[in-house]
Amino acid sequence: MIEGILIGLTTALTFQNIFMVMIGCFFGTIIGMLPGLGPMTAIALMIPITYGFDPATGLILMAGVYYGAVFGGSTSSILLNAPGVPGTVATSFDGYPMAQQGKAGKALAIAAWSSFAGGTLSAIYLLFMAPSLSKVSLSFRSPDYFALMILGLTAIAAFSSKGQFLKAMIMVVLGLMLASVGQDSLSDITRFTFNNMNLTDGISFVLVVMATFAMSEALTIILRKNDPTSAARQVSLTELGSIKIDKGERRKMYKTIPRSSLIGFLIGVLPGAGATIASFLAYGMERNLVKDEEKDKFGKGSVNGLSAPETANNAACSGSFVPMLTLGIPGSGTTAVMLGALLGFGIQPGPRLYMTNPEIFWSVIMSMYIGMVVLLILNLPLIPYIARILAVPKNYLIPLILFFSITGIYVMSFNNFDIYLMIGIAIVATFLRLYDFPMPPLILAFVLGGLMEENLRRSLLLSNGSWSFLWDRPLTISILATTLLIVFWHIYKTTLNRNIK
Amino acid sequence: MNINTTKIISLLFFIFSAFYLYTAYQIQVFSFDENAPFNARTFPIYLGYAGLFFSGLKIILPDPDSIKVEHKTLEYKKTFLLILIAIIYGATILKVGYFLTTSLFLLASYYFLGERRWILMFFLSFPFVAAFMYLLHGILEIYLRDPFLQSIGVMG
Repeated sequence: MIEGILIGLTTALTFQNIFMVMIGCFFGTIIGMLPGLGPMTAIALMIPITYGFDPATGLILMAGVYYGAVFGGSTSSILLNAPGVPGTVATSFDGYPMAQQGKAGKALAIAAWSSFAGGTLSAIYLLFMAPSLSKVSLSFRSPDYFALMILGLTAIAAFSSKGQFLKAMIMVVLGLMLASVGQDSLSDITRFTFNNMNLTDGISFVLVVMATFAMSEALTIILRKNDPTSAARQVSLTELGSIKIDKGERRKMYKTIPRSSLIGFLIGVLPGAGATIASFLAYGMERNLVKDEEKDKFGKGSVNGLSAPETANNAACSGSFVPMLTLGIPGSGTTAVMLGALLGFGIQPGPRLYMTNPEIFWSVIMSMYIGMVVLLILNLPLIPYIARILAVPKNYLIPLILFFSITGIYVMSFNNFDIYLMIGIAIVATFLRLYDFPMPPLILAFVLGGLMEENLRRSLLLSNGSWSFLWDRPLTISILATTLLIVFWHIYKTTLNRNIK
Repeated sequence: MNINTTKIISLLFFIFSAFYLYTAYQIQVFSFDENAPFNARTFPIYLGYAGLFFSGLKIILPDPDSIKVEHKTLEYKKTFLLILIAIIYGATILKVGYFLTTSLFLLASYYFLGERRWILMFFLSFPFVAAFMYLLHGILEIYLRDPFLQSIGVMG
C-alpha cells in the first residue's frame, strides 16, 4: 500500500494534476452554487476537456469538480436557503439560520472545515478499504456481478425516485434499452439500428449524458422560467462577517466529525444511496446524540447541526468511489458518469484496476486530499468573488451550456446525426423531467447495460441456460436478498408516508 | 382509474416496449446460435418484457402523487426557438465549420433569450469561441474540423 500511496502522490502532485484539481474545484463550486445544476451536469460539461488528457488527469479533474459542486451547493444552502444540490438540503437547516443571525462567514467556515475533515477522514477509510475490497471482489463471479448490478439499479431507483419507484424503474429499463442499440459485443450482429450506419457503434455515452443532463437541464430552466443565477447575484451582495471558529465551537465539531464521516462514508459505499441520504441520516443521528440543551438549538443555527450533514455529504462523495474503483460498478449517477468517461479512455475499472493501472487508482485517492485543501484554502475566501462571476444573466448561461454540450459531441464524432440525436433525447428528457421521471437511474442503467448483458451471458452459458445461477452461490443469494429488502423497505416507507399524509 | 399525463407517458412507454420486444424477436442471429442459451436477442427480449411489466404496473396501479404541470406558465416559444437554433447549428457545423457556426449560434441564442447588449454579446461569442478553440485545438490538441477557417488559411 505504501508503494501505491507513493505512486499516487507522484502522479497527483505533478503541476498539471494539481492545476486540474484547482480548476475542477473552482468550476465545480461555480456550478454547484446554481440551484438545479448539480455535479452530474458539471462533470458532463467537463468530459470534452478531459479528452485532451491522460485518464488519471481526466479523472482527477472530474473528482475535483465533484467535490467543488458539493461545496458550492453548501454555500447557496447557507446563504440563501436554496440548496444547489440535493446533498446539501440538510445543511440549510442550521446553516441558513446561522447566516440570518449575521454569522454567514462562520457558517461557511464550519461547513468548509467539516467538509474538509469529512472528506479527509473518508479518503483515509477509502485508502484502507478499497484495496481490501478489491482483493475480496476478485472472488466475485459473473452471477455475483449480475446480481450486484441489479442491486445497484434497484437501489438507485429506490433512493432517487422521491416515492415514485415505478417511474424510476421505467427509466432504468429505458437506459438499458438505449444501451442495447448497436452491435452485439460477441457476435457483432447489429440490433435496433434500423439499417442506419450511424447507430452501428451504438449510442455514445457522452451523448446520452449531455442530452439528459446538461442540455435538458438548460431547456428545463428556459421552459420553467427559472433563473438559477439570481441566487448567485444575492450571494455576491451578502455580508459574510468573520470566518473565525471559536474554541467552544471547535470542541463541538471534534465530536461530530468522526461519527458523521463514518456514517457518510458507509452510506456512500452503498449503491444508489449517496450524499443526500448520508447528510439526512447524520443530521438525525447527531440530534439524537447531543445533550438536551444543544438539541434545542437544532434548526436555529446549531454548530453540530451544520457540521454533521456537511461532514457526511463529503464523506459520502469519497465513499461512492469505492464500488466504482473496486467493483467497476458505480454507486451513484455521478460516479456512473465518471465510469463512462473512464470506459471512453479504454480503462475498465474493477478489482484489477489497482494492479493494472495503479497510477489511476491511487492518484484519484490522493487527489481527494489535495481537492479538500484546495476547497479550504482557495474557495472559502473566494466565495463572494466566485458568486460575482456567477452572477451572469441566464441569457448567457443557457446558450453556453448548450454550446458545451454540442461541442462535446462534435469533437467526438464530427457527425450531424449525433447532434440531432442528442437534441431529440434532450427534448424527451426535458418532457420526462416535467413529470418527475428521474434521470440518474437512466444514466446508471445505460453505463451498466453492456456489462450486465455480458455477465448474464456468461452466467447463462455456464449454467446451460438455467436461471439456477441466481441461487447457486450464497454470495449471489445475499446480494439478491439485499435487493428485495431495499424494494420492500421502499414500498413500506412510501405507503407509510402516504398514510400519514 | 384516473387518467393523467404520467399514465399517458407510461402507456406510450408500454407501446414502445411492445415495439422494442417485437423488434428484439426480429433480430437475425446465426443459425448455430439459434438455440443457444444466450444469443444476441436474449437480453433485449428480457428488457422488452421488463418494460411491459413496469409500465403496465404504472398504468394499472393508482397514482396518489400525480404531478400536475401548469402548461400555461411554461415558456414554450423560447424553448422551441432555442431547439430550432440548435438544430440549424447541428446542420451547418460540418459544412461551414466550428468557429463561424458556433459564434453565430451563441449570438442568436443570446438574442432570442432577450439579450440586447451587443458588445457583451459579441465578446461572449466570436472572441470567446476563438479562445475556446485555441484551448481545445492549440493547447489540448483536440482536432476541430473547420472548413471555413481552412479555406481562408487561418487553420492548417
